[in-house]
Amino acid sequence: MTELIKLSAAELADKIQAREVSAVEVAQAHLDRIAEVDDHIHAFLHVDTEGALDAARAVDADVAEGNAPKSPLAGVPLALKDVLTTKGIPTTVGSKTLENWIPPYDATVTRKLREAGVVVLGKTNMDEFAMGSSTENSAFGPTHNPWDHARIPGGSGGGSSASIAAFEAALAIGTDTGGSIRQPGSVTGTVGVKPTYGGVSRYGLVAFSSSLDQAGPCARTVLDAALLHEVIAGYDQMDSTSINAPVPPVVAAARQGLTGDLKGVRVGVVKEFAGDGYQPGVLRSFEAAVEQLRAIGAEVVEVSCPNFTYALPAYYLIAPSECSSNLARFDAMRYGLRVSDDGAHSAEEVMSLTREKGFGPEVKRRIMLGTYALSSGYYDAYYGSAQKVRTLITRDFDAAFEKVDVLVSPTTPTTAFKIGERVDDPLAMYLADLCTIPSNLAGNAAMSVPSGLSHEDGLPVGLQIMAPAMADDRLYRVGAAYEVARDAANGGSLVHQVPELGGKK
Amino acid sequence: MTAVVELMDYADVIERFDPVLGLEVHVELNTNTKMFCGCANEFGGEPNSKVCPTCLGLPGSLPVVNGKAVEGAIRIGLALNCEIASWCRFARKNYFYPDQPKNFQTSQYDEPIAFNGYLDVTLDDGEVVRVEIERAHMEEDTGKSLHVGGATGRIHGAEHSLLDYNRAGVPLIEIVTKTIEHTGERAPEVARAYVTALRDLLSALDVSDVRMDQGSVRCDANVSLMAKDATEFGTRTETKNVNSLRSVERAVRYEMTRQAAILADGGTIKQETRHFQEADGTTSPGRTKETAEDYRYFPEPDLVPIAPSAEWVEELRKTLPEMPSERRKRIQGEWNLTDEALRDLLNVGAVDLVAATVEAGATPDEARSWWVNTLAQEANSREIELAELAITPAQLAEVIGLVNSGELTNKMAKEVTHGVLAGEGSPSEVVEKRGLKVVSDDSALIAAVDEALASQPDVAEKIRGGKVAAAGAIVGAVMKATKGQADAKRVRELIIERVGA
Repeated sequence: MTELIKLSAAELADKIQAREVSAVEVAQAHLDRIAEVDDHIHAFLHVDTEGALDAARAVDADVAEGNAPKSPLAGVPLALKDVLTTKGIPTTVGSKTLENWIPPYDATVTRKLREAGVVVLGKTNMDEFAMGSSTENSAFGPTHNPWDHARIPGGSGGGSSASIAAFEAALAIGTDTGGSIRQPGSVTGTVGVKPTYGGVSRYGLVAFSSSLDQAGPCARTVLDAALLHEVIAGYDQMDSTSINAPVPPVVAAARQGLTGDLKGVRVGVVKEFAGDGYQPGVLRSFEAAVEQLRAIGAEVVEVSCPNFTYALPAYYLIAPSECSSNLARFDAMRYGLRVSDDGAHSAEEVMSLTREKGFGPEVKRRIMLGTYALSSGYYDAYYGSAQKVRTLITRDFDAAFEKVDVLVSPTTPTTAFKIGERVDDPLAMYLADLCTIPSNLAGNAAMSVPSGLSHEDGLPVGLQIMAPAMADDRLYRVGAAYEVARDAANGGSLVHQVPELGGKK
Repeated sequence: MTAVVELMDYADVIERFDPVLGLEVHVELNTNTKMFCGCANEFGGEPNSKVCPTCLGLPGSLPVVNGKAVEGAIRIGLALNCEIASWCRFARKNYFYPDQPKNFQTSQYDEPIAFNGYLDVTLDDGEVVRVEIERAHMEEDTGKSLHVGGATGRIHGAEHSLLDYNRAGVPLIEIVTKTIEHTGERAPEVARAYVTALRDLLSALDVSDVRMDQGSVRCDANVSLMAKDATEFGTRTETKNVNSLRSVERAVRYEMTRQAAILADGGTIKQETRHFQEADGTTSPGRTKETAEDYRYFPEPDLVPIAPSAEWVEELRKTLPEMPSERRKRIQGEWNLTDEALRDLLNVGAVDLVAATVEAGATPDEARSWWVNTLAQEANSREIELAELAITPAQLAEVIGLVNSGELTNKMAKEVTHGVLAGEGSPSEVVEKRGLKVVSDDSALIAAVDEALASQPDVAEKIRGGKVAAAGAIVGAVMKATKGQADAKRVRELIIERVGA
């Protein structure tokens, strides 16, 4: 049965439809795997055993009756980041504030997954309120990188990426505001995609930074990610920022990419994403990846995006500003944590004391930064200026995409750092998002695909591919083609190089 | 504990100061659903029965704009002669309060949907004041708090509070005037007239229930005073909880006298929010805050900009009904009314009723006379508005018709209206039930006349002698005999005929 957990989502779905294996067996195999390794990895905050088996049984019933599958992913087990609401199942966003919150409604993404027959195994660990790059900010303890237990799995969606790297699920859903799908993907050797902003509904996505947040697929292969992308994407009238246009043909693009030929595709290497602060092993892996792209036919040129160097500071003004407003609702009045409501405290005091207890230090840090940046007299200097920088960054992308079809860079400057290494240095922590942030600010599509292991420490490195807004399909074509070339050069799939995790530690 | 508040005599206030007003009116729109979600927009109901993730501000919820509310906002802007923005955004107004589910209000900040308009307001004596409108913008209402345990039902002294979010998210339009100056002693009157005119306009547009008593129209009055030789505006106070038109006038007047006393004494006005006290017409200070509220406005990232096309705005302009002021002018012309006559009508709130009665067939003079005289008295004695009387213009037109056709005397007509007001049914049903019919059969009348003449021979003698006025006594007797259902004029004719016989 351990073989089942090593299969890709596409393979599992095929086997289920071919009646080679039942959805219940597949679900059970993954539940067993979770039971076996999750004490060690701590990717999950909540496992919905009964819900998962029920969903699997429904898929099996469809197969037995000869019904067409609800989607190409019917019966595939998936881990859902705990930032998306699930009706009747706890949704904590990694915070004490919502430790016992049971939402009365499903997020649109959750609903789409269920309608697609995807088997949601449970909710995964994350940095509190999606703020962080290591999952160390979770109120419920960190997740461990399956490649090295002493290292971070990335963040904020470390639980999702770790769960698939550890074969606890075939697929996962993450959310990406500054890199929270891509950077964990990079440091865990998995694929992570941030779709075009507005491509996937945010209804039911507990908001951190409204103009940046976007849910997206996490998988072990590019094709799996494409299949999941098509299930969750699409216009939603419950989300006013949702794009009313057809989902880009990402699965077709991935299949085209799998033929391994990128002739005619123009690839731009972002000049600004190299140099100081980049681990040599990361740079070498990146350069090798670029060579492989050339070898399969891509035209590679260097492109300069000078305003990208201002992306990080602009982000750390915009995101905290929006979050200071988005998190104001957590005031103990209607749901969530409530402390000191003993008759001796006013409502205002209860609000204040509860927020003090409920939020961790990084969340507090960003709320304070954001409140300050928006305060009277400072709007133009901070938030207003940051939004102008955002426009400049968008223009850099537009100019670059006149010359090339996709841009590439390392996903993040280093491999997985050790747990505890950067917790006392927020600015050092923020630097993990250097390369990923520009795509959040501009709203275009971006993917991290594994580019191999660092020669220095044997840890995964990620290649970031960026495409214009609504051209998500380009990511998948290039990513899939690269994946084929990479595995050919490596003598096999990267995914199966992760250390064996067996038994409890 | 209450300090004695000194007030300056009103005449002195006017002599020494110029009042400056700013009026903010919040209007709840009568859309079917809330501003940003599909919950029902209805007054009343079980607490927290009209809520959903969005208007409760649950984690993960998102707003979606109610198109009808945008339409209502634009129509209000057009009716107020405003410019309509070709592109504008919503903004977040951030502040913490339990009745605000997200702890921010989705509103509009520096990009209101309508701006730079005016409303011409006619005062009681006919003077017209142009009140300039700064802006009208869209926002959402808060939930309602119920403070339990304190003496006054307000938060002071309460033990705990209950929150009902049925109202949270109801569409609101906030209409803000520019500063209203040079009104002198008429400032309180102007304030009241403005809110009245605005209410009538909103009613004509059918965008709101405009019930001040139900809170679908709310007025906050900003008042400050300028000394006669001052070059800058004085410090203003904002008075809330003004729940009727009369209260608007009282609140403004009170603030003027209160502030004048302080300034005359060498003091300074504290910039604060005050509460109007209905019971005694005073204002009391609201909760003091150490720092002014900083709302940290920024454009609402969950909503796309509103960009009404010029075509759509023009289409909406065509749907505007005749504005109350235009209507009044037209009616004055059509009915040939003097200014005083028109004002009488306005004062008792009769214009629409008269118009409807005319539409149903009566002449303007007849309709006017009935509403302004007989029915106004009925309304007064019942202490209700004319419009609340239980008789419709159509029914009144029917009654008038019956008088004109001779089937009812004026006296009987009044009885019929009493019957309708008492709930006895329609005019024809009342006529039936009460047996009110003019006796027009001459033979019956002749019999009654003869009998009356016979029983008063001395009066009959006087009439024969030429004292026609003496016939009054016989008329009275005949009316009594016919239970008032004879046509007095005909009776008199018959008396003259028969007395000679």
